[in-house]
Amino acid sequence: MSSFDASITTPKDDYEDKRLADVHPQAWVNPEPADRYALIIVGAGSAGVAAAELAIAMGVKVAMIERHLIGGTCLNTGCVPSKALIRTSRLYAEMRDAARYGAKVPDNIQVDFAAAMERVRRIRSHLSGRSSVRRLAALGVDMFFGNVRFAGPDTLMVNEQKLRFAKAMIATGTRPHVPTIPGLREAGFLTNANIFNLTELPPRLLVIGGGPVGCELAQAFRHLGAQVTIVQDKPLFLEKEERDAAQILSDAFARDGLEVRLNTQVTAVRVENGRKLVDLVSADYHSTIEVDAILTGVGRAPNVQGLDLEAAGVDYDADNGIGVDDFLCTSNPRIYAAGDVCLEEQYTDTAAASARIVVHNALMRGRKRLSKLVIPWCTYTDPEISHVGMYVREANRKGIPVKTFTVPMHQIDRAVTDSEEIGFVKIHIRDGTDTILGATIVARHAGEMINEITLAMVAGIGLRTLAKVIHAYPTQAEAIREAAKAYVRTRITQRLRARLQRWLAR
Amino acid sequence: MTQLSTLPDEALLDRLQCAAFGYFVQNMNPRNGLVADTSRDNSPVSIAVVGFALSSYPIAVERGWMERADAVQRSLAVLRFFRDSDQSGSPTATGYKGFYYHFLDIHTGARVWQSELSMIDTALLMAGVLTASMYFTADTPDETELRELADFLYRRIDWCWAQDDGDTIKQGWKPESGFLHYGWEGYSEAIVLYVLALGSPTHPIKGDCYTAWTATYQWENLYDNDYLYAGPLFVHQFSHAWIDLRGIRDSFMREKDFDYFENSRSAVSIQRRYTQLNPHEFAGYDENCWGLSAGDGPTDEQPDVFNEERRLFGYAARGVPYGPDDGTLSPSAVLASLPFAPERVLEAMRNMLTRYPQMLTDDRLASSFNPTVGASVEQPWVSAGHYGLDQGIVLMMIENHRSQFIWQLTSACRHISDGLRRAGFEGGWLRQGHPGGAH
Repeated sequence: MSSFDASITTPKDDYEDKRLADVHPQAWVNPEPADRYALIIVGAGSAGVAAAELAIAMGVKVAMIERHLIGGTCLNTGCVPSKALIRTSRLYAEMRDAARYGAKVPDNIQVDFAAAMERVRRIRSHLSGRSSVRRLAALGVDMFFGNVRFAGPDTLMVNEQKLRFAKAMIATGTRPHVPTIPGLREAGFLTNANIFNLTELPPRLLVIGGGPVGCELAQAFRHLGAQVTIVQDKPLFLEKEERDAAQILSDAFARDGLEVRLNTQVTAVRVENGRKLVDLVSADYHSTIEVDAILTGVGRAPNVQGLDLEAAGVDYDADNGIGVDDFLCTSNPRIYAAGDVCLEEQYTDTAAASARIVVHNALMRGRKRLSKLVIPWCTYTDPEISHVGMYVREANRKGIPVKTFTVPMHQIDRAVTDSEEIGFVKIHIRDGTDTILGATIVARHAGEMINEITLAMVAGIGLRTLAKVIHAYPTQAEAIREAAKAYVRTRITQRLRARLQRWLAR
Repeated sequence: MTQLSTLPDEALLDRLQCAAFGYFVQNMNPRNGLVADTSRDNSPVSIAVVGFALSSYPIAVERGWMERADAVQRSLAVLRFFRDSDQSGSPTATGYKGFYYHFLDIHTGARVWQSELSMIDTALLMAGVLTASMYFTADTPDETELRELADFLYRRIDWCWAQDDGDTIKQGWKPESGFLHYGWEGYSEAIVLYVLALGSPTHPIKGDCYTAWTATYQWENLYDNDYLYAGPLFVHQFSHAWIDLRGIRDSFMREKDFDYFENSRSAVSIQRRYTQLNPHEFAGYDENCWGLSAGDGPTDEQPDVFNEERRLFGYAARGVPYGPDDGTLSPSAVLASLPFAPERVLEAMRNMLTRYPQMLTDDRLASSFNPTVGASVEQPWVSAGHYGLDQGIVLMMIENHRSQFIWQLTSACRHISDGLRRAGFEGGWLRQGHPGGAH
């Protein structure tokens, strides 16, 4: 039995003091509100801050209200801390794997988990300066902390203060969705909201849910030395991604020594004599495992409660969040929404991009459409899995003829020299043209590589042009050009070949 | 005994084919006609292997390896067994709704290993049942009974139920937990399953079910080959064992101006290119030593495995280009590609037999070998005994290469041609019946 203490309290240190001073200073006094704001932003996460910056740049009077921490999930409990932790975890994985690179495996690799977490807090605190309340106030944003309730179609209350607006944007984001599993609450669990407060590694961790958050953290904690079991009720991880990508990830998990339980449900959590027992079922196979901590990564729930949205005439749904049209307008024409609270694609950059659309549409009578955004994303496992645009099954469903140009990373010199041959680049085109519909990349640095394809899609560049772009040699992004070159080779038709032969034979 | 690899093509193939047939003679329970999954001790029956066995008897009769009467009795025994088997769907029954559990006890025919009621394996069994009924057409009491039993068993299957109100056919069902929900996306060996499910005169699925399945296909260009992607080689073979897919096309293949036969040829090229690139640097791999497919393989626990921290997968569906790949190759998967790329296959087989003669016992191919984890490069790890699926696919594909005999039989089968048409297949032999069709 382990001595792991699963009760989580935020560590008190200089880094945390600095971050809180940036993103929610205790002594903050809300400003005297203006009579009426051109734009009020509810929620100061990635979407809120992006909207505030743009609106201020346009010379508009803006108020922004945050209930908790500026920077939202991304900075405080999402991308920033998780990527910082993943970097450390990768380093430990590489140390153990050193022989593969012709290096000596260090003796006695011991993970200093507390140091890894301290680095997470240091980096998070360093980056919080960019979202600090002082910076936003200096820009000219009227920054309020408190709970928001709508009091009418153009009025809201911050605590007891009344604020009036011409336009408002709701960007309250999401919170972890905790599954209803008997005994889970009683036994206690971690979510992304508190896992980065850990200072001690749980020796045995159960991760419920095989989405991006679950997969990233499961692998990171495994690399940091925990015995990790990941349970997913679907036949593959990352159900949105294509089969081969998810399959490669399953193989990587097996390689790393994660205990993978696909097609499996958690039926109950029990605490017996201080031991945390979890009952699992897969088809007809029942089993019980003992763990020290449970992370639920199964999904996100939109923050729509307590806002009195009814008073503002804003339609919403407890599961799917605030209803918006393609211009991000809610059922109240004065009120828009942006970011995770209304979007299916819940990514930081998408939240910011949607917020900029709102500012254009709300303040300049713009007609920018959400559906025109080209949205890339990446799951930062090892290998990383990134995607942009359409999936093959989506194209098939829409009746668009699709063809995929596939380049396994083992064909790319730089992947071989770096012993990073696992993965592929797949570029989907409209069959018969060179128009890129989408792409999936599985590679050590897939997140970096997807940007080139996103650029091509936004700029309307097809494979024919990509094939002409000389890439620095040797780089892994050459895989993208190789796919484009494969396309060009398919266009060298028999007729063209015959004509060339005749010409050469003259 | 003559070194096999030095024999002329026809003689080489004859020896390998005859030896493959021997598996079905040696591993059958004469009391009920059931055939073991493998030649290892206490092996259960695989219903798919029974489908191969039923297809092998007509070949053996034609080639003079078995008396017709003997073949009829073996076929009758197993068809009667299935007719009389427990169809209650209880955990120890043989089947349910006309389908059968994947693995059965060879003596009692009861379900073993808590195996699933398997739709694809039932389809492979039924393909064999229909093949037998197309061959044994004599007007004798035995052969008449055989045809009636085949018809009864095929009509009994409730394919519609196996959809479970979904878009596609489920892969399995268990009495303990109901339908299995393993994702079954992408091209697979399931064409034969859909064709038989569509061709049923009693409980057919709808044509849009096939379209829903093909909507999960991935049309790819890999190593400069256009092809409908599937990683393991067997996927590119199993439906072809029974159905002549040369020149006939469904709507997917019409759009791509391709056919499934050509596609299997591409799969051979891709395997050759992959083993030539050999990304994981396994011993033995080159363009004439390939064959990543489903089959047995070494595990870390086995005493004859010499393994330095490699990950080994045991029995697994190995595939190209994403693996899993642990250096294990399946020689039967190479040989079963014979109809698609005869020169390439014969070249590879000769090369592999010369280099690794250990893969052959009594002229019969082992399920797999792995030179990387063997005692030395010349002494690969070799899978013990033989697997019925390997022997069956080798036997049938050699025959289809030599004489197209199975294709001729099945092309004359109305259920199969109906199923193909309902799946949207057109052209080729479907226009006017099979050119070689004798019935």
